[in-house]
Amino acid sequence: MMTWLIEPFRHEFMQRALLGCVLVGFTNGCLSAFIVLRRLALMADALSHSLLPGLAIGVILFGLAPVGLFVGALLAALFVALGAELISRSSRIKEDTSLGILYTVAFSLGIVLLGFAKVRVDLHHYLFGNILGLANSDLWIIYGISFAILPLLVILHRPFLLMLFESSIARTQGVPVTVLTYLLISMLVLSMISSLQAVGVILALGLLTAPAATVYLFSDSFGALFWGGGFLGMLGSCAGLFLSYWLNLPSGACIVLVLGLIFCLAYLFSPKYGIVSRLLRHRHLHEESLARWQDRTAARNGQG
Amino acid sequence: MSEKEKQLMSHRLEIKNLTISYHRLPAVHHLNLEIHCGNCVALLGPNGAGKTTLFKAIVGQLPSETGSVVFHGHGARAGEMPVTYLPQRSQIDWDFPLTVRGLVEMGRFRKLGWWRRFGEADRLAVDAALATMHLSDFADRQICALSGGQQQRAFLARSLAQEAHVFLLDEPFAGLDKRSQDALGQTLRDLAAQGNLVIASHHDLKNVTDLFNQIIFLNGELIAFGDTAEVFTPENIAKTYTMEAFSGVTHHDDLVN
Repeated sequence: MMTWLIEPFRHEFMQRALLGCVLVGFTNGCLSAFIVLRRLALMADALSHSLLPGLAIGVILFGLAPVGLFVGALLAALFVALGAELISRSSRIKEDTSLGILYTVAFSLGIVLLGFAKVRVDLHHYLFGNILGLANSDLWIIYGISFAILPLLVILHRPFLLMLFESSIARTQGVPVTVLTYLLISMLVLSMISSLQAVGVILALGLLTAPAATVYLFSDSFGALFWGGGFLGMLGSCAGLFLSYWLNLPSGACIVLVLGLIFCLAYLFSPKYGIVSRLLRHRHLHEESLARWQDRTAARNGQG
Repeated sequence: MSEKEKQLMSHRLEIKNLTISYHRLPAVHHLNLEIHCGNCVALLGPNGAGKTTLFKAIVGQLPSETGSVVFHGHGARAGEMPVTYLPQRSQIDWDFPLTVRGLVEMGRFRKLGWWRRFGEADRLAVDAALATMHLSDFADRQICALSGGQQQRAFLARSLAQEAHVFLLDEPFAGLDKRSQDALGQTLRDLAAQGNLVIASHHDLKNVTDLFNQIIFLNGELIAFGDTAEVFTPENIAKTYTMEAFSGVTHHDDLVN
């Protein structure tokens, strides 16, 4: 009866894909708590595009060797992220503007450079990923990145939480806000590289925002946001993988669609912050005052 | 008065020849002040007088052009002085997933550092801070579900857990109704009576005398400082709110031209 669940994993490529989904989904899901609370989603989007010139240079210098691609993408994204930060600090240009300029320049440079690559690079593959084609080296990179990011986030959660909530107060308490900001951006770039092969650069952003945003509509605890985001990212990725296998659809798109669907359901029906449940509730009364009001009405009816 | 309170009251905040500039244009210049602990001080001045700038310089968020800030032998380097700064309420993200207790626990960061376990002593300090601010019943509430006065008290509780000694508050009374204002005023006076130094920027001249026992008049430079009964005079008020400070707009235009 469970054969439909097990059948896909007769294929080795599906075993690798599932492992990739678990790792990438969980790591990005955990990190998404930080992206949502620090409002880094647009930054993440810009960075994902700026990976391209790094990939192009990697291809030109090393061919399609994954390590070359990895180093190239990492350097390019860090260059854009830190460059934007530098420009916004040293001039009157704000960070969103400098980021917008730098990442489009980087993206254009990447397109131009790809023309010089001897190997033909499929842009489509880079944009939308292909988790069914995970090689051993890709898996190793994903392992490495997950085991670098997750322990760091757990160990440093205390200073990170202070920084996320109110960075200027955190600074007066001795939290090294600048260092932590750079660290968070670096982790963001790393996690994006790990999801490159799985869902591609465009869809990586979905994995980095949807899980924690969904939990945010249910819960008021940071722990729930962090771990819940991780598990939701993991389960959503695996569900998307199954869907793509059975319906023969692109895997990256399926993963993001599943996560998006869960988010929409939460947006509508979450008991606390969902819009439908908010409309159904007594509009003007807080739970406590509602209870008191009902008590009083009941007492009056009892007397009468 | 206990021995400890007496000892705390002997501490002072010394500001010597302090100048803070934005783009070479001083917002606060050549300020000299010596404020003793145990007082509840109002910081009065028009918009742009440098009230927030002064606070940020005291906690070490802004570099000073000249001069120094010293509190009981501690310099103004970030995290060094037992000083806490409460920004205006509008600057806080109240939707952040955080309970009142979680907020107060954040105050223990300096004691705990990055990794050390949150221990029994920390829990007691947090409980005591919550009790002092009458927030024990609200400890598990989300910070977004508090009233304006409760939000101020939650941040004060966090400062208490931090074992702060100097409290700098930016417009703490803004947007509070009369009853919450009175309650917060009492809380601040209690803090001062326990040997702390409380300095709050303030806008409403009508209730200054009820809320504070000392006043700093600031408009780019120091206009007057002293006990409320002595310095809260029509002359000082007029001087503070009508004078054109060097950092004022008119001068700025002159410089550009």
